[in-house]
Amino acid sequence: MAALAEEQTEVAVKLEPEGPPTLLPPQAGEGAGEGGGGTTNNGPNGGGGNVAASASSAGGDGGTPKPSVAVSAVAPAGAATVPAAAPEAGAPHDRQTLLAVLQFLRQSNLREAEEALRREARLLEEAVAGTGVPGEADGAGAEAASALLSRVTASAPGPAAPDPPGTGASGAAAVSGLATGPAAPGKVGSVAVEDQPDVSAVLSAYNQQGDPTMYEEYYSGLKHFIECSLDCHRAELSQLFYPLFVHMYLELVYNQHENEAKSFFEKFHGDQECYYQDDLRVLSSLTKKEHMKGNETMLDFRTSKFVLRISRDSYQLLKRHLQEKQNNQIWNIVQEHLYIDIFDGMPRSKQQIDAMVGSLAGEAKREANKSKVFFGLLKEPEIEVPLDDEDEEGENEEGKPKKKKPKKDSIGSKSKKQDPNAPPQNRIPLPELKDSDKLDKIMNMKETTKRVRLGPDCLPSICFYTFLNAYQGLTAVDVTDDSSLIAGGFADSTVRVWSVTPKKLRSVKQAADLSLIDKESDDVLERIMDEKTASELKILYGHSGPVYGASFSPDRNYLLSSSEDGTVRLWSLQTFTCLVGYKGHNYPVWDTQFSPYGYYFVSGGHDRVARLWATDHYQPLRIFAGHLADVNCTRFHPNSNYVATGSADRTVRLWDVLNGNCVRIFTGHKGPIHSLTFSPNGRFLATGATDGRVLLWDIGHGLMVGELKGHTDTVCSLRFSRDGEILASGSMDNTVRLWDAVKAFEDLETDDFTAATGHINLPENSQELLLGTYMTKSTPVVHLHFTRRNLVLAAGAYSPQ
Amino acid sequence: MAEEKKLKLSNTVLPSESMKVVAESMGIAQIQEETCQLLTDEVSYRIKEIAQDALKFMHMGKRQKLTTSDIDYALKLKNVEPLYGFHAQEFIPFRFASGGGRELYFYEEKEVDLSDIINTPLPRVPLDVCLKAHWLSIEGCQPAIPENPPPAPKEQQKAEATEPLKSAKPGQEEDGPLKGKGQGAAPADGKGKEKKAPPLLEGAPLRLKPRSIHELSVEQQLYYKEITEACVGSCEAKRAEALQSIATDPGLYQMLPRFSTFISEGVRVNVVQNNLALLIYLMRMVKALMDNPTLYLEKYVHELIPAVMTCIVSRQLCLRPDVDNHWALRDFAARLVAQICKHFSTTTNNIQSRITKTFTKVIKTLILPRLQQEGERIRGVLDGPVLSNIDRIGADHVQSLLLKHCAPVLAKLRLPPDNQDAYRAEFGSLGPLLCSHVVKARAQAALQAQQVNRTTLTITQPRPTLTLSQAPQPGPRTPGLLKVPGSIALPVQTLVSARAAAPPQPSPPPTKFIVMSSSSSASSTQQVLSLSTSAPGSGSTTTSPVTTTVPSVQPIVKLVSTATTAPPSTAPSGPGSVQKYIVVSLPPTGEGKGGPASHPSPAPAPSSAPSPLGGSALCGGKQEAGDSPPPAPGTPKANGSQPPGSGSPQPAP
Repeated sequence: MAALAEEQTEVAVKLEPEGPPTLLPPQAGEGAGEGGGGTTNNGPNGGGGNVAASASSAGGDGGTPKPSVAVSAVAPAGAATVPAAAPEAGAPHDRQTLLAVLQFLRQSNLREAEEALRREARLLEEAVAGTGVPGEADGAGAEAASALLSRVTASAPGPAAPDPPGTGASGAAAVSGLATGPAAPGKVGSVAVEDQPDVSAVLSAYNQQGDPTMYEEYYSGLKHFIECSLDCHRAELSQLFYPLFVHMYLELVYNQHENEAKSFFEKFHGDQECYYQDDLRVLSSLTKKEHMKGNETMLDFRTSKFVLRISRDSYQLLKRHLQEKQNNQIWNIVQEHLYIDIFDGMPRSKQQIDAMVGSLAGEAKREANKSKVFFGLLKEPEIEVPLDDEDEEGENEEGKPKKKKPKKDSIGSKSKKQDPNAPPQNRIPLPELKDSDKLDKIMNMKETTKRVRLGPDCLPSICFYTFLNAYQGLTAVDVTDDSSLIAGGFADSTVRVWSVTPKKLRSVKQAADLSLIDKESDDVLERIMDEKTASELKILYGHSGPVYGASFSPDRNYLLSSSEDGTVRLWSLQTFTCLVGYKGHNYPVWDTQFSPYGYYFVSGGHDRVARLWATDHYQPLRIFAGHLADVNCTRFHPNSNYVATGSADRTVRLWDVLNGNCVRIFTGHKGPIHSLTFSPNGRFLATGATDGRVLLWDIGHGLMVGELKGHTDTVCSLRFSRDGEILASGSMDNTVRLWDAVKAFEDLETDDFTAATGHINLPENSQELLLGTYMTKSTPVVHLHFTRRNLVLAAGAYSPQ
Repeated sequence: MAEEKKLKLSNTVLPSESMKVVAESMGIAQIQEETCQLLTDEVSYRIKEIAQDALKFMHMGKRQKLTTSDIDYALKLKNVEPLYGFHAQEFIPFRFASGGGRELYFYEEKEVDLSDIINTPLPRVPLDVCLKAHWLSIEGCQPAIPENPPPAPKEQQKAEATEPLKSAKPGQEEDGPLKGKGQGAAPADGKGKEKKAPPLLEGAPLRLKPRSIHELSVEQQLYYKEITEACVGSCEAKRAEALQSIATDPGLYQMLPRFSTFISEGVRVNVVQNNLALLIYLMRMVKALMDNPTLYLEKYVHELIPAVMTCIVSRQLCLRPDVDNHWALRDFAARLVAQICKHFSTTTNNIQSRITKTFTKVIKTLILPRLQQEGERIRGVLDGPVLSNIDRIGADHVQSLLLKHCAPVLAKLRLPPDNQDAYRAEFGSLGPLLCSHVVKARAQAALQAQQVNRTTLTITQPRPTLTLSQAPQPGPRTPGLLKVPGSIALPVQTLVSARAAAPPQPSPPPTKFIVMSSSSSASSTQQVLSLSTSAPGSGSTTTSPVTTTVPSVQPIVKLVSTATTAPPSTAPSGPGSVQKYIVVSLPPTGEGKGGPASHPSPAPAPSSAPSPLGGSALCGGKQEAGDSPPPAPGTPKANGSQPPGSGSPQPAP
């Protein structure tokens, strides 16, 4: 144990000097002046530190505005372990936190809690005054906090429902205030927060009364107009149908014209595109004004404007028509609830539109995808390939070494060249390479030389790992980069780790036994392992709900798992115990993944935000808020500077880790997105959704570049081969399909015009790109992995029908 | 495209009565209608909301089935206490009852005896999760191992067999068969559909039937060799293993033609040599092939049926018929035929009715002529001094079987006025009983004719399938059956020739039908007419353009016509129709040699006092038939086989 702890602090210490300090100070992004006073927690609470230890600096860090929200939101959860003395130690942040909480309570109508908190706070204020913090700073802070609260609300991390175990014993004021949370019904948290500033305004927008009986006429009038317009405009104007339909229906419901609403729905819902079906289903059940309060989908509709992209001509046509007809009702909706992105030039064709629409809030605005993205890869650290490489080659036939040499050089030179699109090497602080990492890299390079060159004529072999007897339900799988370990997350809350190599899993000896070991011996690393514990399978208990995400750290020392219970847990694969439980998402966490360089990880969940964490911080470093529905999957860009998230709102977003900004919004999927993967060169992104399609995106240009049709059910897993020639996709329809990625990315339409307008013409070539379809025996393909030699490993649980 | 979804999106609401019932159960007696309405709206909305959330958990849990735990988690999201204790995997434990004008749903709660629970042995502990690796694909090829699904899924084999032109390689035409099942595919439908339609409409006439390649890899050849050797070899353990392999292994699809040829040739040779053991082995192979869930045999049924039927009706199957238990083989083969009918009979191939027709002919030509003698023997046993009770029971059983199965055939053969005396004259002591049975059969047929039940024939007839195996039993064991195996090949040949000659003559067969049917009784007219209407129905649509579907329909028409035209000709004359059909070819030889020769056969003299030897011999035979389980459960099995068989013809016309 001692040895282990030593090792871990070493990691932490290495990271600290350049790690958090550079990442944490705010980029002054949104100007909410919080100052850079984040007290970084140097020292002992490293990667292995538990919550209690790191909690001593509760609320200390947090630099950018978003983390500051996180503080207010997350503190209750973390505060369970905050000692009573903590508030005194706290800096101005605590006060701001307190004020934010008070405000929140007021908004949530939790008067008693507010009173209680106030009483507590008076004491606290004295204490704070004693420390001599200038009062006005507090005020400003409070203002900032409240402004932030209302701003981030659209996707507020549902702070109201605290973690039950966490709240129990704590005496901290904030927590006691929030402890009443569970009494309030379900989602009150996020809803109530929104209700004051935004929602009421939005709702009142619905207030204006038109004659409810006229709605159908308005709508059919517009429908008639659009259907009679010229072909080239019709497709564009047809986009209006859906948002108008929804808003008119909501208006009717809001003004309590239940019957009119019903008949309106009956009459026109059949006209909507089939990919809006899921939303329509939600809509159809919503028939009362009271229902609108708690319904998230509808909330999204009201709070965010539906984005349409229409050419100027078409727009003029529409405008003229509406003015002629004096159709104020519709005009109002267009003005209030829609965002029409007008462009000059030819109207788009039906196919072009169909390719891009489908998300919950319409297409992405064009400017949303304009910012520069450094999609290149980071320079590989130069590692001297040791001479034993030669020895090994010597064992082979004589001819081989000569062949290999040039290859290796080419690989070496590739990594030496700085990619013009790559981010600066130190754009975000990355952990330093340890010796073991270097060894692993060398191994990787050796394997690389033996890698199979894939292509349409040389398809990879697929080895399928079937989880048998998985009655408890397999929900997540991950495979280590070197393909030696497989982890499965199960619905019965367990995480199981298998070794698929002959090398068995062993844990470190007990502390007492460790002390007996001769620390000077050469094979100390071998000696600390307890042979008695060797087994192929280790079960990790700790979660209290289905485990939806699992991810190995690149160095294979840690495993992350995310669960329905709202936590992400970090497990040690040395001791096979849980090291940290990261609490922040109060709702199910759907996915988590380690950064390709380790140390950082990202998680996303039902609370509609993705969070960036560092293993040695119990609070998130960044909160990526913007999705309008659950964040289903999260992936790191190969250069670790960006994070992609796929969501149930049918968009994919790319976030900058440095400043937390959303730099790309990709729309086009017609169902919740369940899988993501970056191409190894970092230029492209592939996404798979419940609609069974795989879409390919050019990150640099922010364009959709391909559509792969073939799967008939949710695409659960995607992976590029190590060299990026083949894309493998696995699906709930029990197939693995291989696609020709080289051809898919060939001669892309990335001229200036396309890039500028975002109009894409997708080639209909899914069938040509499909290289192979492999049926499993009623085994959904949950995970795919390419080994270093380009062998495909697939995994899934056999589920007899 | 959205049209089809329209119906799904209606906003269903719980009935307000439910609210009342719930309120009553909570002790609130009077609840206003208005309140109920409000409550149902609210409750319905909340339930839907929860269901939608639960769906999310199902998707994230990578399942296709919503479970109760999903609902629990959805409730948890809403901060509602989950409903503990509802972990039914398969069904909702509600029971329904109605009475007194009320409908009730309730939980069925049984009283459980605690000691029962304590004393019952513990159930086995479920196996733990384990990982198993296999090759899903090796450099792009999927190996045919049990872990992988069969290379050509059964649906595809079926599609190939029944609609050879529509079937396509799975990769080429994804949208076709797969479209239906994926609900997730719905959104993609929009574009898929427009594309899907044309290739089927335009492409079909142009695309020729893909030639199937029957090249076997070296491994497959080795496998084939091993398996066939083991199947007919002497080592029973090996055979069991081989049969097991045939019955379970996926990927035998490509070897099917070889296997079916192996079996039919094997039967042909071994029937001649009276090698009972080998015949049994071959039938077991057929059974194993039928049992393999990954194989669809329809394409090879034409080879297998003659072989199997030969094993049922062949006059001699073993060298020493008195000693060897050839009845087991007959019985087994009869079951196989029943199974074949059950699996493969469709409106287009009419296998079941064709087989029953064949067996009817067997009854006609083999059993009817012998009825008189048999009747005498039965009477001898029944009326004579009681020698043994077993004899009596056996005779009784034989009599009832004879009556049961001969009556419908006679009803069809003879013209309506059923005269007891005429029957007595023709059939001896069984005459009167037969007569009354025939009358009954006629009445039944008329009744069914009224109901326009086209499946009369298939319902009443399959029973012979089983009894037939016994029918020829007392008959002569003349080894004059050399022709039989040869004739097995005949239907195949006619099939082939028919296929070739098919297109030009779609119309004649139906006319033949009608002519023939007019000669037979009313009930059968009904059946035959319906048959004939169905045949030209499909024929007429295909005649005018020489479309490609003709060949698949045509041979059937042709075959049916030969089969149906046969009876009138065989009944009186015989040898003229040798070429028509397998079993058709049997009767003449039977009449020529077997019929007369049967008198001196080991059977005792008909009239005189039953010699104990003959009686016991008879009884032995009967008892075997009566006691041994096969026939008895076999009959219900044959019956059970009807619903699918008879159900399928109905939708087509």
